[in-house]
This record gives sequence, structure tokens and C-alpha cells, in this order.
Amino acid sequence: MTLGHLPGRGWGGPYAGPVLTISQELLDAIVAHARRDHPVEACGIIAGPEGSDRPERLVEMVNAAGSPTFYEYDSTELLALYKEMWDRDEEPVVIYHSHTSTEAYPSRTDIDLASEPGAHYVLVSTREDGNSDGPIEFRSYRIVDGEVTEEEVTIVKEH
Amino acid sequence: MAIEVRIPTILRSYTGGEKAVDASGNTLSELIEDLESSHPGIKERLVEDKDGQDDLRRFVNVYVNDEDVRFTGGLGTELSDGDQVVVLPAVAGG
Repeated sequence: MTLGHLPGRGWGGPYAGPVLTISQELLDAIVAHARRDHPVEACGIIAGPEGSDRPERLVEMVNAAGSPTFYEYDSTELLALYKEMWDRDEEPVVIYHSHTSTEAYPSRTDIDLASEPGAHYVLVSTREDGNSDGPIEFRSYRIVDGEVTEEEVTIVKEH
Repeated sequence: MAIEVRIPTILRSYTGGEKAVDASGNTLSELIEDLESSHPGIKERLVEDKDGQDDLRRFVNVYVNDEDVRFTGGLGTELSDGDQVVVLPAVAGG
């Protein structure tokens, strides 16, 4: 597991930037999904109670683009997903997808199309080991108004 | 004629933070014009110019009574009193 190296670490001061706190179980589920769908990009969401910033309920989405270089939720499934979240007073806490041949960093398209300023955008890269187990890049970002800020990932046993 | 339009988080800066607003129109096109008159700037985020004509932006989804308008006539989709319109940005990337 390679987590992002962030400025502020190893220089004495405490890290005071944004953080994604996620359970090991949900992190593993994202990685497993990315492994399974490689070489196609995997995508999905983790919903959580509104305002909680707590990722709780993972929903794997179909990549309607079925592509190794692009992902898009099917529009009908997207509506069903959001209606379900509204009914349950949830919001998207994590929006994840995989890169299958490049690093786990948001592409130009990822940045241009990011439309949930409150969400953690998680990227996983399966470029090293594809469908097999092995080290994997798992990184998280805020993407607001075209600006990308990487954040620390804190893994907890249970959230 | 009142039609409820559900506004996504990213566009709530145009609606003063409101999650849903009322608007009117006989077609989606008219509805968007009406939205623009009460929430200036919002049209530009929904519609783009394509060969001299307004077209829905590629990565914006609009649903009328749960149907994606791309399958029901796009901006020409007819509306009636009490219809529910939902705007959702596509979740997509590269």
C-alpha cells in the first residue's frame, strides 16, 4: 500500500490539512473493485450521513463508458443513486475511480468534470499489478473550482 | 404553472443555497429561460451553443419525472404542471 506523501510530514509540525478517514474494510473493497475491473476503470461512491464526512455505504457503479481511459456513471443509475441518498439523508462522501495505466492522480478530465466540492475524490492505480494482489496506490483529493488538493488518508478499524 | 426543479450542490450558488426551486415553462427550454430570469448565470451551466442552437451540455443530466431528457426530446421535452425536474452533473472522468 502506497499512501500519498504529503507536505508537512516529517518536518516536525503536525499535519493540519484535510484528511480522509476511512475504514480498512471500505478501503479494501475499493481496491478489490479496481482489481476486478482492471483494465477497465472501476468507479463508485461511498455515501455517508449528510454533514458527517463519514464514508459508510459503498455502492459500486457500472462504468457505462467501459473504457480503460474514461469512466461515467450510467445516467439512469446516477439518478437512482442520488434519489436513494436523498431518501436516506446521505451525501456522497467518497467518489472513487481507478486509473489502470497511469498514476493515482486526477487527470485533466477528472478535474474539469469534478462536480461534488464536498466529496473526497479517491484514486486507485492498478498499473503495477493489474488484477493481481500487490502494492497499490490509494490517494485522496479535494477538487474544488479546478483546484486539486491532495489529502492524507487515515485508515481506521471501524468508523 | 409550478414545476419543482432539484438543483445539485454545485449550482446552488445560483439559487442562494436552495436545494429546489420552482420554475415554469411548457418545455424544458422555456423552463431554463425562466430559471435564468430568477437565477442569472444558471443557464450557461446547463446549456451550450452547438451549431448556433442551444443544446444541453454533455456532462449535465436533466430528468423529467425520472426520465433522462436525452431520451424524451432534449430541450424540447414538454412539461406539465406538477412535473418534477432533477438536474444532476454527470459523475465522470478520465
